[in-house]
Amino acid sequence: MRNLTRRNFVRMLGTVGAASSVLGWPLVSLAGKATGRVVIVGGGFGGASCAKYLSRLAPGLEITLVERDSKFITCPFSNAVLGGLYDIDFITHGYDALQKAHGVKVVHDSATAIDPGAKTISLAGGSTLPYDRLVVSPGIDIQWGAIDGYDQAASKVMPHAWKAGSQTLLLRKQLEDMPDGGVVIIAAPRNPFRCPPGPYERASLIAHYLKQAKPRSKILIYDAKDKFSKQPLFEQGWQALYPGMIEWISESEGGAIESVDIANMTVHPTFGDPQKADVVNLIPPQKAGAIAHAAGLNGDGAWCPVNQRTFESTVHPGIHVIGDAAVANPMPKSGFAASSQGKVCAAAIAADLSGQDMPEPSYVNTCYSLVGPDYGISVAMVYRMGESGIAAVQGAGGVSPKDADHAFRKAEARYSVGWYQSITSDIWA
Amino acid sequence: MQSSTILPLVAVSIMIAFLPASTVQAGAMDPGEMLSASCAGCHGTDGHSPGAIPDISGKSADFIRISLQDFRSGERESTVMGRQAKGYSDEEIRLIAEYFGQQK
Ligand SMILES: Cc1cc2nc3c(=O)[nH]c(=O)nc-3n(C[C@H](O)[C@H](O)[C@H](O)COP(=O)(O)OP(=O)(O)OC[C@H]3O[C@@H](n4cnc5c(N)ncnc54)[C@H](O)[C@@H]3O)c2cc1C
Ligand code: HEC
Repeated sequence: MRNLTRRNFVRMLGTVGAASSVLGWPLVSLAGKATGRVVIVGGGFGGASCAKYLSRLAPGLEITLVERDSKFITCPFSNAVLGGLYDIDFITHGYDALQKAHGVKVVHDSATAIDPGAKTISLAGGSTLPYDRLVVSPGIDIQWGAIDGYDQAASKVMPHAWKAGSQTLLLRKQLEDMPDGGVVIIAAPRNPFRCPPGPYERASLIAHYLKQAKPRSKILIYDAKDKFSKQPLFEQGWQALYPGMIEWISESEGGAIESVDIANMTVHPTFGDPQKADVVNLIPPQKAGAIAHAAGLNGDGAWCPVNQRTFESTVHPGIHVIGDAAVANPMPKSGFAASSQGKVCAAAIAADLSGQDMPEPSYVNTCYSLVGPDYGISVAMVYRMGESGIAAVQGAGGVSPKDADHAFRKAEARYSVGWYQSITSDIWA
Repeated sequence: MQSSTILPLVAVSIMIAFLPASTVQAGAMDPGEMLSASCAGCHGTDGHSPGAIPDISGKSADFIRISLQDFRSGERESTVMGRQAKGYSDEEIRLIAEYFGQQK
């Protein structure tokens, strides 16, 4: 039995079961095979993970993944692209394996509406897809206008680069074009937002680039918060690698940006003087992806409330929301967390569609950040369901040690790249 | 009852008798697989790592179990595995080890 994979065994059972069903034994009582149509909107970290693990778990399901773009460009390691460590191809992934190796039907189109009563979704291309279960993993959208003057047109001048792709390349180009001795502003939003350590890793890797190419330049981080993820480790790393180059302005020091003036390349904090810069990376407040809002899955908030065991929406039964769009705190809005949630959600759906109980969920997150190419730090946590939702396992996880030596930071930098290669192959290969 | 229909039934009952309960629950994820899915984010699907993180595919259940216990106790030094392993009980480590021990 050891050498028999479970899937093959299910197939065997299926064959024998078909014979025995002559006697009126339903196949399902033997194998409990999950059947039905599952539609997944969004082929990013959450959605593509869910699709792959669902197909592994329940090959009998008809799984359709609806993804707007033909290629997925990851935010993870986009800061390394900004810093000149990798080019955009390194962070670009396709959907061939999901289709060919895992039997997922991939439809490149945009979901425009969800009808939870009729259990259908509409696509921009005109078609309608029926589902038994729907998974929504659309990531984030920008809250345009939350910062006065920051709209879509402004993002072409002051890129957010908080969705990877053309925005990443635009910001990289602006960094290449700016003069030595110039000023770069990174404006970081209030919690919760996608990738809590992201703005600070970005400052680090932009500093890495500037240190070589334009060493007299400065980076100002305007922050709408008074503390940030892995702060002591980042500050220690900045001191070691880029002394004097990065200045962090907390909310209490006037770090929150109220408005922008794109004509004058100036940001206006809630108090204190306006600041002009050569490059402004404005990371605005965010909300669950548009389709989640269009379907009302957000209730009355910016993010979508869910049953944190199954990720089923508490607004619309039969629809699951995972990844950045979902309220899954204390898990952060990260790609690793979204992928972990995609797997738990796959387990919940497979169990439900086969009339069985799902196993006790286990969730994980680790956010690696590169402070420099040979300087990595991380924060990790393992989670289970607690009394009132997802809860961190006491005594597990935590951040890299503060007193670690150079070899340790270097090992974590290597493992950071290793993590990226593993998770992207776990999802898209 | 005709012998041609009895035979498959007998075969099925024999097969079921040899299976751990969880394996019969095809279509639902078993607990070991659920716990082990968390490892794939760093070690790759079923432990097949394409990069710098150690490949743990095809390792024996004993190797996985002893490694996790040693990382958890700190007996074995690590950058991140200690922080991961502390998230799992002895019983959960046993289930994870059993899962990896069965994969290729
Ligand atoms: C600079 C930066 C660095 C980061 N670094 C890390 C890191 O090191 N580690 C980490 O774990 N996380 C990191 N993250 C966070 C990570 O990118 C997100 O948390 C993750 O992408 C969330 O996954 P998701 O599935 O919710 O959304 P996404 O991965 O964004 O996927 C959403 C997908 O849905 C598609 N979509 C949306 N709406 C529709 C629609 N209506 N119809 C069809 N398709 C649609 C989109 O095209 C997209 O492909 C980083 C983020 C940033 C910005
Ligand atoms: C955040 C990434 C990460 C996660 C999640 C993770 N590992 Fe690891 N694992 C590593 C790294 C990195 C190493 C190398 C040791 C170190 O520095 O921590 C390692 C080492 C190991 C080793 C030793 C391999 C050898 O060849 O000696 C085993 C076994 C292992 N991990 C098993 C697991 C299991 C099982 C899980 C899931 C419960 C898991 N790991 C989750 C990153 C991870």
